[in-house]
Parts: sequence; C-alpha cells; structure tokens
Amino acid sequence: MSAALECRNLKAGFGDHLVLQGVTLAVPSGGVTAVMGPSGCGKSTLLRCFNRMNDHLPGFFREGEVRALGRDVYDPTWPVDSLRFSVGMVFQKPNPFPMSVADNVLFGPRLLGIRQKQELSEILERSLRAAHLWDEVKDSLSSSALKLSGGQQQRLCIARALACKPQVLLLDEPSSALDPIATARLEETVLDLATSVTVLWVTHDLQQAARVSQHVAFLYLGELVEEGPTAEVFANPKNQLTERYLTGRFG
Amino acid sequence: MKPFHLVVGEDLPKRFLSAAALLVALGLMFGLTFLVAWGAGWGFWPKPLELLTLADGTKVLGELWDRESDPVGTGLRWRVKVGNRDLWGSDFRVVRQAEVVKVERPTDAWVLERWEYGNFYGFVLSLDADGQVFDPKTPGFQAILSRKLREVASLKRQSDKLAAKVARKAQASEEELARLASLQQAQEGCTLLMTTAGGERKDIPCAQVVHARPMNRLGFWGKLAVFGERWLEFITAEPRESNTEGGIFPALFGTSLLVLLMTVGVVPLGVLTAVYLREYAGDTRFTRAVRLSVTTLAGVPSIVFGAFGLAFFVYTLGGTVDKLFFASSLPTPTFGTGGILWASATLALLTLPVVVVATEEGLAAAPVEVREGAQALGATRWETLRYVVLPYAKPGIYTGMILAVARAAGEVAPLMLTGVVKLAPALPLDSSPPFFHLERKFMHLGFHIYDVGFQSPNVEAARPVVFATTLVLLVLVVLLNLLALILRNRARNRVMSQAL
Repeated sequence: MSAALECRNLKAGFGDHLVLQGVTLAVPSGGVTAVMGPSGCGKSTLLRCFNRMNDHLPGFFREGEVRALGRDVYDPTWPVDSLRFSVGMVFQKPNPFPMSVADNVLFGPRLLGIRQKQELSEILERSLRAAHLWDEVKDSLSSSALKLSGGQQQRLCIARALACKPQVLLLDEPSSALDPIATARLEETVLDLATSVTVLWVTHDLQQAARVSQHVAFLYLGELVEEGPTAEVFANPKNQLTERYLTGRFG
Repeated sequence: MKPFHLVVGEDLPKRFLSAAALLVALGLMFGLTFLVAWGAGWGFWPKPLELLTLADGTKVLGELWDRESDPVGTGLRWRVKVGNRDLWGSDFRVVRQAEVVKVERPTDAWVLERWEYGNFYGFVLSLDADGQVFDPKTPGFQAILSRKLREVASLKRQSDKLAAKVARKAQASEEELARLASLQQAQEGCTLLMTTAGGERKDIPCAQVVHARPMNRLGFWGKLAVFGERWLEFITAEPRESNTEGGIFPALFGTSLLVLLMTVGVVPLGVLTAVYLREYAGDTRFTRAVRLSVTTLAGVPSIVFGAFGLAFFVYTLGGTVDKLFFASSLPTPTFGTGGILWASATLALLTLPVVVVATEEGLAAAPVEVREGAQALGATRWETLRYVVLPYAKPGIYTGMILAVARAAGEVAPLMLTGVVKLAPALPLDSSPPFFHLERKFMHLGFHIYDVGFQSPNVEAARPVVFATTLVLLVLVVLLNLLALILRNRARNRVMSQAL
C-alpha cells in the first residue's frame, strides 16, 4: 500500500514559533486516517501543509519534504491550484460561498474551465449525492447556500470539494461547529466516501477518531507521538503519552 | 407596574441628555425641510389678486406677499407684488397699511405670465384675434383665450426652431426666410388689450403670454390645477428672465448627469484602489501612509479640489486634448475650458476617499474562512476576490457610493471653477452627433440656488424659484440615496447566513 500523503522530518511554524518539530508521517492510500491531539499541538498546521494552505499566512516557514500522491507539493512543475484540485479540503466552520447551492458545488469545475451544461449538471448531482445532500437540496439548487442549516452547509462544502474529483480530502475538525445529529450524518457521509477517496481527518474528539478511522496518528506539542491502525493504538498504546491522552488524563 | 425609578434605572440624566440631543437634531432637520417645503409650496400656490384703494385714490392690484413692521414710523407695511415691470421698473410696491382704505378681490382681474418682464396684473379690455374682437364678459371667453394662446404658442415654437436653424447657417434659403416671416406674421394677429388697476392701457401680443389666468375666479381645485401646472412647468421647462422664472430642467438634467458621470468614474477607481490596498499590498508602513493620505484627502476644502480640477483637468489635460484632437478650432478651446466632464472628474476625486474607505471596510467583511474555502478549491487570488470576496464587499461599496453621491450632489464650490454656468445654451446630451457633448458647460441645481437667490437682479421675485430648486435638489438627493440603499440592502441580504 503506497502512501497518499507523506511528510519527512517536517518542521514548520510562524514567525519565531516552531509549531511542527520534525514530523514524519505516511498516510496510507484509501480509508480514513485520523490525526488527534490536544488543542495547539499542530494538527491543523500539519493538515494545511499538504495542500499548501499555510503558504500565504504571515511568517510561515517550512523545512522538510511534503509529498502528496507521490509528488513533492513544492514541485515547481506542479502549480498550487492543480495540487488543490487533487487534494481537497473542508474547514472547521462551514464556509459556503454567498451564492446558490449549485454555484457553490460548481465553483471548482468552473475554475477548471468546464462550461458544458450537461457535464456540469452531472458533476452537480454526483457530488451532492456523494455528500448525502442531493435529496435535501435537489428542489432548491438555485436558492442561496446560506439558507441551509449548519450541517447541510458542511456537507455542501464536502460536495464542493468532491466536485473537483480530488483523490485526497483533508478535513479540519469539520464537525466542531455541528450538533450531534449533524455530526453523525457527516461521519456517515465521510465513511461512504472513504471507499474511493483517501481522507485525512483532524479531530480532537477521541470517540470520533475511534468511530471513523482505520488509521490514527497522535500529535503532541508538534511531535508525532504514535501512529498505527486505530484498533491497535486505542487498545494497546505503546507510548505513555498516548495512553494518558486516551484515558483522559490530559488534553 | 414597576415603580418609575426602576423602569428608567439610574441613568436617567444621561438618557435625557441623549434624547435631548436627538430632539435638537431632529428639530433642526425638520425645521430645514419644512422651511424649504413651505417656501416652495407657498411660492407656487396661486395667490388671490387684491385690489387696494389707497387714501389718495391710487389703486394697486397685485398679490400680497408680506406684512412687515414699518421701519419708518409705526404700524405695518405691505409688500405687494404688482408685476408690470415694463411699466414701473419693479415687481414690488410697498404700501403702508394705514394708507389702505379698501381691499377688494375683483373677479375680472387677470394674471398674465409673460416670456419677458415677468407677470402682468390687470384687467382685460378685449382680445383682438385676426380681426375679431372678443369681450371678456362674453361667456366662454376664457376657453377662446386659451385656445388662441395655444395656437400662438405652437406657431411661436415653430418659428423659434426655424429661427435657430436659420441663425446657425451662414446663408438661409429664400424659402426658409419666407416661411419664418409668415410664421411670425401669423403670431402678430393676436393681441390682448389690457389695462392696469390705475387705468394705464397696455397691449400685449399673445406671443408674449405663457399663461393667462383670472386668478380670483378659481376655486380650490382650479388653484390646485394651477399649482400642479406650475410644478410641472418648473421641472420640465427652460428658465426664463435670467432664471428667475420658468423651469429648471437644464439644471436638473445637468446635476443628474454630473452625479452619474462622477459615479461611473469614482466607483471603479475607488474599488480598485481599495482592492489593491487591502488585498494585495499587505499592511506595511507605506500602505498605512497611503491610507492616511486618502482619509486626509476627505477633509480638504472642496474649493481646493476645484482649483486642482481647473489646473489639472481643464488646463493641463483639456489643453493637451485640444492640441492633439481639436487643433483646428484653436485658439477657441474645446476641452480646454470648464465642462461637465472635468467637473465630474473633479467631483470623482473629491469623493474618492469615501469610496476607498467604505470599500476597504466592505472587503474586510469577507470572512477568512470563506476566502480560504475558495483558495482550497484552487482559486487564485483574483478568482477568490472576484467571485467570493466581492459579494461580501458589495454592501460596503454601495455605502461608499451613497456617501459619494450625497456629497457630490450638494457640492457647488468646485463646480464654479470647472464648468458650471448660470445659463447653458445647450444640454450636454442631445440629438446632434456625437450625442454626448461632455465638453459643454452645464447648469446645476446647487449653483442655480446660489445664482438665483443671491446673484439675480430680481431676488425678491425669484424667492419661490430658490425654495423650489432647493426642494428639488433635496428630493433628488433623497431619491439617489434611496436607490443606493435598496441596492445595498439587496446585496447585504445575499451574504447574510441564516444558519449558525
């Protein structure tokens, strides 16, 4: 099994603050990999390294190799926009654009230059179905996305990312702004997706990590403490820090 | 019911202070609006014609405009608009109240609004039309008179048009001259024989008369109709009698076009400036200095902008344009003199700061999450800006537009240096190619108020025009603001999330 995402001795930070202190991680292709850890441990920074979303933040610096789909993400022949078409991302807070549901989903394909009506409507339906949103919005595709509920908005953001046919999906605590029912629907959606797309899911919710992931990585103070198959790590943590975190003694 | 001191709480004095401030502000604003509306309404409402008989037997016919205390002696004196400027040199006559022995409202008194010399107040002896003589006492006289006046007015329009055409050409054809002469002759056949209250005879050609009205015979509805007619004429007609009578259409048109051109100029420039400052430049010492200068620019007196507009737009830019494209007509300047284009450019510069500041605030309203969302989908900075950030910035942009329009519509000082005139011979937009004549001088409501109210030879008689022009300007600003407000609210609703 080859790695979909990979980083080697990755050091990254902002200004004079080093957030990631040399992380080496390989995310296996297919399925859901969860990155967990307490707040401020560098989970989001790590995630955002894979689609270069940190680059425009003030004072960002990076050292060490980052690879996605077997290619260096900083490869000058690989433009950042096409990297992001392959590595999609969903954020903590639902962030639909102030336009219709359909325009939201088709934002990416249109940037890719797809103009044909037939093709666009196929993409629209496929993406919304994959995000388990089609049945709820199929009659209101042209109404504003901002009128959807929080959970629907977050699934719309997934559909929007899927419309570009990414091979990897980065989820940055996507359920932290949602209620438990919306969270359950979101998890269900992502688990269905994970059969065809590699998902890297950042969460601080242990139960969620246990529920959704096959593979898990534990990050603490910018260092990778432990990684491995979820069942194994949860049952038999090799590192004392992991054990203490899993048993709720800090975090 | 709670005790009063619990309802109002402890901050009663502060609450009263702020409420009093609001009351004062509202009072001042309502006072201003009411004064303007009252002045305009009163000025255009048909006033009865009073026939005053004085102690020495003199008879005075006119509208009673003012009762004021007599600076000499005691008692009141009346200011009566007696018109007939061609006979007596002035529109007004001041009469001591003590001298008045009798006041009547004769039903056979008429007001003639004339093209020249203002109103004529008097009695109709007869109408002499194409050899026929009509007595004002015959039934249906008023209908005959209005029909004749309409006919003559139509002839006059034709002959004026033809005369203007003839005047433009160096050599008029024989045929045209003959037609002009016959049109003019046809108008001469109609004359109103009038007499003043004092019995002075005056024959007035029908072609000189705009309206003839037996004012004291009109009931409320008749007066209302006259009131409406006067407003309609005011809005749609050209000014007469060095702007103290007639309409303000050219000024209304000039103001609207000026504001429109200014908006077309300032909005793209201001928005792009703000986009660069906020989205591309980053927060450096330089951008902060630029921002400070832009805000400072908003406090520069407008006459300074006028001077700059004259020096830069009119002389430098306009002069260059003339040298390059209109060299054949030099030394007569085409663009090298004040005109509506340069005036709008000056106003655009004047209102640039508000658009830049408001747009920057609008751009800041686009949430970081949404910007990142677009970038994570592979959108470039420009694509993010164009499709995602701009919808959020639109309410701010419209706010800037509202402020710019409101300020520009009311500015007068910079225009006086850059192309406004008291009487423009032609509109900046007409049917002769190339249709837009942006080099032309123009009239403006604000300047019209200044000119008619303070520079005209007949200030007193022009008072209704000043008030009415002010009212029209206020209404225009309100309408423009409403339009921008609707646009802004629509844009705002689009980016308001109902969830979360």
